[in-house]
Formats: sequence, structure tokens, C-alpha cells
Amino acid sequence: MRWPHVRTWTPRPAWAGTPLIAALLFPLYWMLVSSVTAESQIFESPSLVPLGPSLDHYRALFDERNFLVPIRNSLIVAGLTTMVTIPVAALCAYALARLPMRGKSALLALVLAISMFPQISIVPPLYLILRELRLLNTYPGLVLPYLTFSAPLAIWLLTAFFRQLPRDLEDAAMLDGASRLRVLRDVVAPLAAPGLASTAILTFLYCWNEFLFALSFTLGPDRYTVPVAIALFRGRYQVPWGEVLAGAVVATIPVALLVFVFQRRIVAGLTAGSMKG
Amino acid sequence: MTGPTSPLERAEARLALILVAPALGVILLVALVPVAATLWEALHRHDLRLPWLGRPFIGVGNFAEALGDPRFRVAILHTVGFASVSVPLELALGLALALTMHSAVRLRTIVRVAALLPWAIPTVVAALVWRFMFDAQAGVLNASLRGAGLLGPTFDWFVDPLAAWVPIIAADVWKTTPFVAVLLLAGLQTIDHALYEAAGVDGASSTRQFLTITLPLLRPALIVAGAFRALDALRLFDLAYVVTGGGPGTATEPLSLFAFTALLQRLRFGYGSALSVTVFLLTFAFALVCVRMLGRSLTEERS
Amino acid sequence: MLVLSDLAKTYPNGYAAIRGVDLTIEDGELLVLVGPSGCGKSTLLRLIAGLETPSAGRIEIGGTDVTAAPPQTRDLAMVFQSYALYPHMTVRENLAYGLTVRRTARHTVAARVAAVAEALDLQSLLDRRPAQLSGGQRQRVALGRAMVRDPKAFLLDEPLSNLDPALRAQARAELVRLHRALHATIVYVTHDQEEAMTLGARVAVMRDGTVEQVAPPLELYARPSNTFVARFIGSPAMNFLTAPVPGVDAPAGTLVGIRPHDVTIDPTGSLRATVDLVEPRGHDTVISLRHETTAGPVTVTAVTGESPLPVGSEVRLNLRHDRVHLFDARTGARID
Repeated sequence: MRWPHVRTWTPRPAWAGTPLIAALLFPLYWMLVSSVTAESQIFESPSLVPLGPSLDHYRALFDERNFLVPIRNSLIVAGLTTMVTIPVAALCAYALARLPMRGKSALLALVLAISMFPQISIVPPLYLILRELRLLNTYPGLVLPYLTFSAPLAIWLLTAFFRQLPRDLEDAAMLDGASRLRVLRDVVAPLAAPGLASTAILTFLYCWNEFLFALSFTLGPDRYTVPVAIALFRGRYQVPWGEVLAGAVVATIPVALLVFVFQRRIVAGLTAGSMKG
Repeated sequence: MTGPTSPLERAEARLALILVAPALGVILLVALVPVAATLWEALHRHDLRLPWLGRPFIGVGNFAEALGDPRFRVAILHTVGFASVSVPLELALGLALALTMHSAVRLRTIVRVAALLPWAIPTVVAALVWRFMFDAQAGVLNASLRGAGLLGPTFDWFVDPLAAWVPIIAADVWKTTPFVAVLLLAGLQTIDHALYEAAGVDGASSTRQFLTITLPLLRPALIVAGAFRALDALRLFDLAYVVTGGGPGTATEPLSLFAFTALLQRLRFGYGSALSVTVFLLTFAFALVCVRMLGRSLTEERS
Repeated sequence: MLVLSDLAKTYPNGYAAIRGVDLTIEDGELLVLVGPSGCGKSTLLRLIAGLETPSAGRIEIGGTDVTAAPPQTRDLAMVFQSYALYPHMTVRENLAYGLTVRRTARHTVAARVAAVAEALDLQSLLDRRPAQLSGGQRQRVALGRAMVRDPKAFLLDEPLSNLDPALRAQARAELVRLHRALHATIVYVTHDQEEAMTLGARVAVMRDGTVEQVAPPLELYARPSNTFVARFIGSPAMNFLTAPVPGVDAPAGTLVGIRPHDVTIDPTGSLRATVDLVEPRGHDTVISLRHETTAGPVTVTAVTGESPLPVGSEVRLNLRHDRVHLFDARTGARID
């Protein structure tokens, strides 16, 4: 409780941050507005409110450019990667969090180091490996490289989550007769469900947004993911901004949905990862 | 926990190995092997356009060439310069955003969503939107500046070597400020309100309370956020590629993009690999500095 | 029967939590482990449970050496200080978990759960989750979960310390009643010496990883084996004076111990003292007095049922001869 006559510092009142919030949202708003503005208008007179709004760009997106294909590709790749990463990372994270093992800190340091490695540098050897395995321009051919950054991230986050769980519950279950794996299934996993969900969401987001690997390991429009597809839009004379922005809006919608529905989980995931517990 | 000793612990250690094996296997296959291959390549001459030269071992030849290559030196300058400008901006704005998120009780949802969206969308989308906004003809920025009479009719951001950095920095700051804010918010929420009350009773003004309580207690969170951001800033690629393509010329080319060009455009795998290794060394050295700084700040707090 | 032989536990960082503990717990006995925080009592419990492995020594349960056995196989039940109820399961599922894990027949599980629920008055709570229960209810569920398994022994780790004092006394009485009804072997850990004294058939006083003395409560009170036990058991704590003490027949240099209840204010007493502090407790009064010795002033505590005396008054104290304890000043050991 604050005594009214004592001045305590409180974070600036919410309205003072409004310009900052507005600045954050403006580019997205502008993107939305421009995507429904006719191409000619975009160049002539940009305005805050769309003049003569039309869905022409969206129509072109789906009819002429087959935008459903990259969407499908992105969904499949991000989904597959997440489905593979979470169980594998969860098992590893539980071992790191609870079981005795030699070289644990070395493994964690390795995981961290891998996530620091610049993606660009593993593109050439990965390209050659994938080519050997005939996996270029395929779904597995993207999921495998994606595991490079999704696995370390998931392991890092899940280890932090598992560590935060109270040990007593696992001890009690073991005394009740449950083996370690049984404890993991019956006690830890249900309790870690929020952590698993946060990690899954973050993994999905990272895969959806990924650019460099998708650019390097896909060869044609039939396997492009959404970021690559938009970046490579080519117009006859100039960049077709209307369609590019429409594509950007479509790329943003699933992300926006995830953020809106799972904002608390996402924040939990980010903060857990930052606390090196 | 260090090594196991009793039969019970040994059995658990065996289980641990089984649980870790799949993840370790994946990491080995998809990360370590390529990383090792890159290191290997960096020590060889490997130009896909000149296959008759073979792949001779040349030790640090590629690195020596890099050091002598002015484009390389400039790329390092770009990378470090970019990090030095964007990270402090992100920390300052992230702090402001965190303060807003901390106090906004009623509008919490909107604020949080607004804060997370820029971070969550694909970098490519962010890059395209900012590229669009800065466009000489179609861009809203130029239109507004022209309308206000501050800008001539033909100013093109992307043609000026220094001005071309502005959209890149703007996009990066816009995209990652929320991430910083989330990290700082967690730190803000752990500060005990009683500290402010005690200071208030002692007569400290609001500003003074902010300077003497909030900032010092946020220091570890600021350092962590700064470290994460700096590490990412040093690896800048997506934004530079999409917003300016490295141009005009190579004026906005960071180290990663230079490596990419060498690898996939000039097909000089040996040289490009050496450049990639340099990026890694740069980030690694910086990470070591951060760890040391973090360690020191943690021990300082204990005393 | 639970036998601990020469048990020791040293952690990798060098910290020796348990150093050489020998203890035998008979079937059906309620043994209390008591001591100040950090003495190792909880560690000892966890060693018995198998949640930690000893660095040396043996643990036998019912004649079988279980030192290397995992906690799953030891057939022990533990009630944790935090109760450790599975938050995502109902009370019924919590109670049943130990049996379902061992693939017990469903009707047996149901019967046992019902029996325990009735014994502990949990029937109306069976379909609730732990978060919906009060502290006292949770404590009973934790106990019930242990009882359902009909284990070889119960390990209770400060099960009452999270309850309010009023509830605590009630729960304590319940526990004693249950112990008698079940004829269960119980190892009970607490830091509260008063609780230890009222509960246990035998009490083991621990300090720094060793057992200082294990004996029935009254014996600990009347014949503590060293100054640590003497000071730990009994409240207010025992007074110590260095001989020679007027009116006490003790060799010079020995430590004379006398409990505050055995110090009386008597004009014919042999000890001179000044009243320093008076704390009326309702049913009695604790008086701190200052007694001058050649080595300087010493505080003596007395408990009296009489009306409080004014601070600063000079009085004389009498020490009951038959209640004086003698200890070696150097080792702290009891001298008989």
C-alpha cells in the first residue's frame, strides 16, 4: 500500500508509453493499409486511410502466384520440426535437469555454442550433405537443418523449465514406486505442460520465420516457404509492392493469431530462457 | 551434480545417456559435422569455379587473404558499428517499453500484443515493410518529409552509403525492442515495492528513486539483454539482405552477408568458410567478454 | 526393523552432512530425529528413503541390505514438509497412485482408498484437487497417501511445521492415535524439541551430522549425555555455571547445569542474584537474574509460579540438589 503523502517512484503511467506503442504498431498498420490500396495509389499519394480499398493484391497473390503453396510448405515444415524437436529435447532436458551425468555442463555449453554459430557458415556443408542424400528441395531437407537451431533452443528452454519444478513431487512419485521414466510421464510432463507449450510455440515461430536455410535448400517455387516466396517476388518493371505487402500480411496472420492467443506462454518462454537457472 | 558414484547413481547415469542420445545424435549430425566441415574448408583452397585447382590445404591462407582484403575490414567495421548503434537504442527503448508494460494494468493485453508482434513476425516481412516505408517513391517517410518541406523530391535513402543504414537499423530496433522489453520486464517485476516506499519515506524524489533503485537492480537484466542482442547483431544477415542487399555497392554489407556472397555467388567455398569462421570467432570473443562481465556483476552483488 | 550402521554422507563439494550414524529403530516404534537446522536430520531421512546415496555405511530394512536399492523398491512411504501432492490429480488419484503404479487390482485399490479416506475423514474431498484444499486437509491427504501403501515404515519430514499452532496440536494428537492404531514404524523429523518430547517413544538428538544421544524423552530431560543435549532439550534452556558454585558440591572447574524450573527464589538460598528481566507467561513467570562470579556476571534463568518481582531487586536463589547436572568443562560430557 502506498501512503498518499509519500511519493514513491512508479513506472510512468501507461499513457506516457502510447507513442512507443503507436510506433510499434504503425508499420504493421501501414502494411495492412497499403496491401488493400491499388498499386497506382501506393506510388502517388500514400495516405493513412486506404483510398478506394480493394482486395486485388490478395486475389493476385492466390490466383497468379499460388500463394497457398508456400503457406502449405511453411506449415508442414514448421509443424514437422516442432513435432520432432519437442519430444527429443524434452527427454534430453529432463536428463540434464534431474539425472546425474558426467559432462553435463559441457553438453549445455555445447548446446549454447551451437546456437551461437552463424547460420551462414553451415550452409555449404549442409547443402552438400543434403544433395548427397537427395533431400534438397524436400520437406525433410528443411526439417533436418531446422533442427540445428530448434533443438538447442528447445533443450535450453526445457532444461530451465524442468529445473523450476519442485523436486519433492518427483521424489514422492519415486517412493510410490514409479521409475524415472514413469515419473517423467505421470508427474513431470503434465506439470511441465505450460513449459512444453511455450517451447513448442517458440519453436514453431522460429521455423515459420526462418529465411536463410529455406533460401539455400529449396530450389523452386513448389517448395519455397513463405519468407522466401515473398522475398523473391518479381515484378515486370518494379517491385510489386501491393502483392509483396499482401503476402506479408498473410505471412503475419498466423503469427498474430499465435501471439494473441498465447501471449502469456510466449512471455513465459522468453523469460525462462533468459534466466540461466 | 558431478559424476555418479554408487550403483544407484550409475543406473541413473545410464538412463541419462539414453535420454540425451537422440538429441545429441541430431546435434552431431546436423550441427557439429557441418561446423567441422566449415572449419576444414576454411583451411583449404576450394573455388567451385576453378575445379582444376583441386582443394589444396593452405592453412591460414584464407584468413591471411581476408585480413588483407579491404572489403573484409570494411565488413567488420559495418558489423561492429551496426551493433554499437542498434544495441544501446534497443536497450533504451526496451527499457521504456518495459516500464510501460509494467504499469499498464488495464491495457495489458493490447500492450503485450503490440509489443510481441514486431518480434514474432518473420524478419523478411519486417525488412520488406521498412524497405517499403523508406522507398524513395512509394515510401510514407519520404512522402511525409516531402510534404513537410524537409526533403528534396529526389532523395533516395538507398543510394547514400550512410543513409542506407538507417532503414536497416530502424527495422532491427523495431523488431527486437520487444524482446529486450520482455527480458527487462521480468527483472522489473522482481523489484520489491517496499524498497521504493522506504526511499520515499526517506525523502527521495521519484527520479532519484528510479536512478538509485530501479536502474542498479536492473543491471543484471540489462546486461543479459544487451549480451543477447549484441550477439544477434553481430550475426546480422536477413535484414541487410532484404532491405538493401548490402548496397549501395557494399556500403551496408555486414560480415555474414560478405561470407554469403563469397560462398554462394562467387562460389569460393574455402574463402567463404574462413569468413564464416571469423564471424563465429567475433561472436565467441564477445560472448566470453559478456560471461566475464556477468560473472563479475553477480559476485559484486553478493558483496 | 530399520538398522543404520556407520552411515556417512559427504557431498562432492566436501560438505559432510552425515558423519557416522548408528541407529536401530524397532518395529512399531516412533522415533523422532530432532536437532537445529543443518544438523542433518532431513538428510538422514532422505538416506533412509533412498533419495540420496550414502558415501559409507549400511542401511537394513527388515533384515535386508537396501543400501544400494533404489527408492522405488524399499517399500517406505514419506510425508514431505511440502506434502508433495500431485497437483494435477484428484485426491482419490493421489491416494491411489502408489498402488496403481504397482499394478494393484482395481478393486483392491478402491477398497484401500476408501478405508484410508474414512480413517482420515477425507471422503467428501476425494474428487477435489490439492489446490482446492486447506493446509490441514492437504496434510491429511499426504498422510493418507502414505497409509494406503501399508509400507514397512513411515518417514515424516516435519509434517506439521506448515500448520498453524492450533491445528498443529490437534494433528499431533491424531498422529499419535494413528501410530497406536496401525502399530506402524515411524521415523519423524522435527526441529521443535517440544514436539519431539511429546511425540516420540525415543528421541535422537542430532548435531552436525551425528547423533548426540538417543533415549526416551524423560531420560533426555533428566539425564542429558552432554551440554548440547542439555541445552537443546527443555525450555527455557538449562543454566550453566562454572564450579565452584555456592551451595553445590562439585569439583572446581566443572560445569554445573540446573534447569530454570529447578531454581527457586528462597531467602535462605545460597546464590546471590539481581533481577534483570521478568516475563510473565500467565501460568508461570520467567525471571532472568544476574549473578556475579569471579569471572564476571552470569545470567541465570528461573521459572516460578509466584508473582513477579520488581526489576533490580536483590534475591537469593536455591538450586535443587537432586536436580543438578555435572558436565566436563572441556568435552561437555556428562559426569556421573
